[in-house]
Amino acid sequence: MLSRTAANLFWLARYMERAETAARFLEVGARIALLPNAGQGFRNEWDALLRAAGTADAFARKYGEPVQRNIESHLFFDQDNPASVAACIRNARENGRIVRTALTTQVWEALNTAHAELQEIERQPRSDTGLSRLTEWTIRTAALLRGTIDATLLRNDGYDFLHLGYHLERADNTARLLDVKYFVLLPKVEFVGSGLDNYQWVTLLRALSAHRAFHWAYGGEVTAARIAHFLILNPQCPRALITSVQGLNAHLDRLSRGYGRSTPAQTAARGLLGEMAEMQVEQIFDEGLHEYLSRFIGAVSGLGGRIHDSYLSGDQR
Amino acid sequence: MQAFFDEMKSGGAVRAPYAQLQDWLAAMPAELRNLKQAEAEALFRRIGITFAVYGEGGDPDRLIPFDMFPRVFTALEWHRLERGIRQRARALNAFLADVYDRGEIVRAGIVPGRLVYLNEAYEKAMAGIRPPRGVFSHIVGIDLVRTGADEFFVLEDNCRTPSGVSYMLENREIMMRMFPDLFRGNRIEPVDGYPEALRRTLASVAPPKCDREPTIAILTPGHFNSAYYEHSFLADLMGVELVEGQDLFVEGDRVWMRTTEGPQPVDVIYRRIDDAFIDPLCFRPDSMLGIAGLMDVYRSGGVTICSAPGAGVADDKAVYTFVPEMVRFYLGEEPILPNVPTWQCAKSEDLKYVLSHLPDLVVKEVHGSGGYGMLVGPKATSEQVEAFRARLVERPENYIAQPTLALSTVPSFVEEGVAPRHVDLRPYCLVGERIELVPGGLTRVALREGSLVVNSSQGGGVKDTWVLAQ
Repeated sequence: MLSRTAANLFWLARYMERAETAARFLEVGARIALLPNAGQGFRNEWDALLRAAGTADAFARKYGEPVQRNIESHLFFDQDNPASVAACIRNARENGRIVRTALTTQVWEALNTAHAELQEIERQPRSDTGLSRLTEWTIRTAALLRGTIDATLLRNDGYDFLHLGYHLERADNTARLLDVKYFVLLPKVEFVGSGLDNYQWVTLLRALSAHRAFHWAYGGEVTAARIAHFLILNPQCPRALITSVQGLNAHLDRLSRGYGRSTPAQTAARGLLGEMAEMQVEQIFDEGLHEYLSRFIGAVSGLGGRIHDSYLSGDQR
Repeated sequence: MQAFFDEMKSGGAVRAPYAQLQDWLAAMPAELRNLKQAEAEALFRRIGITFAVYGEGGDPDRLIPFDMFPRVFTALEWHRLERGIRQRARALNAFLADVYDRGEIVRAGIVPGRLVYLNEAYEKAMAGIRPPRGVFSHIVGIDLVRTGADEFFVLEDNCRTPSGVSYMLENREIMMRMFPDLFRGNRIEPVDGYPEALRRTLASVAPPKCDREPTIAILTPGHFNSAYYEHSFLADLMGVELVEGQDLFVEGDRVWMRTTEGPQPVDVIYRRIDDAFIDPLCFRPDSMLGIAGLMDVYRSGGVTICSAPGAGVADDKAVYTFVPEMVRFYLGEEPILPNVPTWQCAKSEDLKYVLSHLPDLVVKEVHGSGGYGMLVGPKATSEQVEAFRARLVERPENYIAQPTLALSTVPSFVEEGVAPRHVDLRPYCLVGERIELVPGGLTRVALREGSLVVNSSQGGGVKDTWVLAQ
């Protein structure tokens, strides 16, 4: 397969996952903002969210005050923000257009329809596009695309590059969403274990559509340790970091079997999974959640670089 | 008012090949027709058969209007066309092989040397190169018009990279989906062998250094190109890679493509970009679309470029007038398909005739294209004719003139129902180890009443083209 084709598939998936994350960020922010004041008021929560999304500086330059409407504009509609839902869906569709023959009609239609509906939403007056409608639409659209990929696409190397994109982006994004909780919590250490603290954790679970799943898996009390275990180390949770890392390993292994050669990408992915398989949630808290997550995000980004060098750049020998 | 030959009805009687379509038409009420038309459009959009137009605002993906009323040729009519097209494709390739070699046709005084060697399309870099099997133009698109039951003329040759073949294939696909009964009742020759024939043709001209099943790639300028759909469509149907310049590089004496499994050699490149852009080291240095060093590999027999650079010198308007002579000179045959009679204003007696018949003629610039710098006598005002006369007298060698052709018509679906509209035909002739031609082609139709212009930018559409089995 052409490296450029593989790169387009990889990025198509990354953009779709990123669009979904932007929507989930919005949902977390909106729910946390509904809480009674926990210190500096809503500004604090929204600011924490933008920082975790990695766009706080760009936002401040363009909009100034982090009020909800501007944040909606920034995370959903803003073409200048490469991580906004609108920018991601446009990019995903463009990537798909370039490699259309590597996609089935159904996958292409799902992408094309998403793009057409997005244009429709952009034409509507903002008063008609409530935040929950925007986030629900985004999540549903992303699910539809994944469904068509799953149901119709040939299981060849292109399928692997799509899923490498999905898993890599999801690993990064879940880690960042978890980090929001850290930023929100940071100024008020005394809140740890309080009702408010738990409410924030539950909000996070809801944003990941994992609220009920958590109760099925653990039952009883919602504690920080259990949630961290669930979202980081429990392979039953579809958005857990370890699940994404397993997915990366599975698809990289398929590639190395199919191509009959192994690359530094496989080595890096196995190393990451090996560390997590042994890990206890206490170790994460000992290291510090934020510190651990930062290290994880760095490792995932390094793995992305190796995938690029080994398969997507076209420069490997 | 000129009388036009209608391909369905001549003198009030329905011609035999259209007999079944007469019943089909009678059994189709207007509502059903509208329903089917909408269905066809939805299919085109869904499959994604669009051409992209950027810079005009709105949705860049446009549809070419598809007219559901097919155009029909009998086996006998097609047989003659086919022989004529093959003959012409052979002569054009013989001409190209000659002018990049010893130029015998120029030495023999048949084609003036300046028309060849001073031609913008003549690539000096190709002089002395003999491509595999001596073929320069692997896909020859020959534009034909019809003026009577047995009167066909060649309007133009396309030796570079003629486009539109994806419409030929998709028009048929959509007609078969929408009107399966028509195909059960008529014995219509299939056209879907084209991608396989194209692949076979390209594989048959693999370069000397290729010692295995050749790897073929289609080179596209990229997804912003208006014909990108066609490029990806053909790559998909042939099962070959669709590459951009950035996917290829030259190392050693081969061309390689960058793949997820490392570099893979490419043997045959069907390029859909112009000569000027294929190699910045040899042609335009600012080209971002091509591959540096490609021409060196080509010269040394490491890769085949289809069509060969410089093939355009054979489809020039001034060279066109010599194609019948080429047929006689290279093949020793009489041309089966005539040219449109053409007056070369460079010749004084021709000029005299042209000047005295200007209001009836079409006068074209030798190097012009796309309908620019031309006079359509019957449609021009007397002031325009006089203004053109002055230019013609000043630089006669820059012009050729042709009679205004009475293009045949085929019934077409229009707002008010069914009405005759003017058509032309572009069959695609493949030249490699063998010469292959699928029975059919692209029929373009001028959907505006009275219009003779079939270009899609000026209200042109397309039709499915049938060749009936014997």
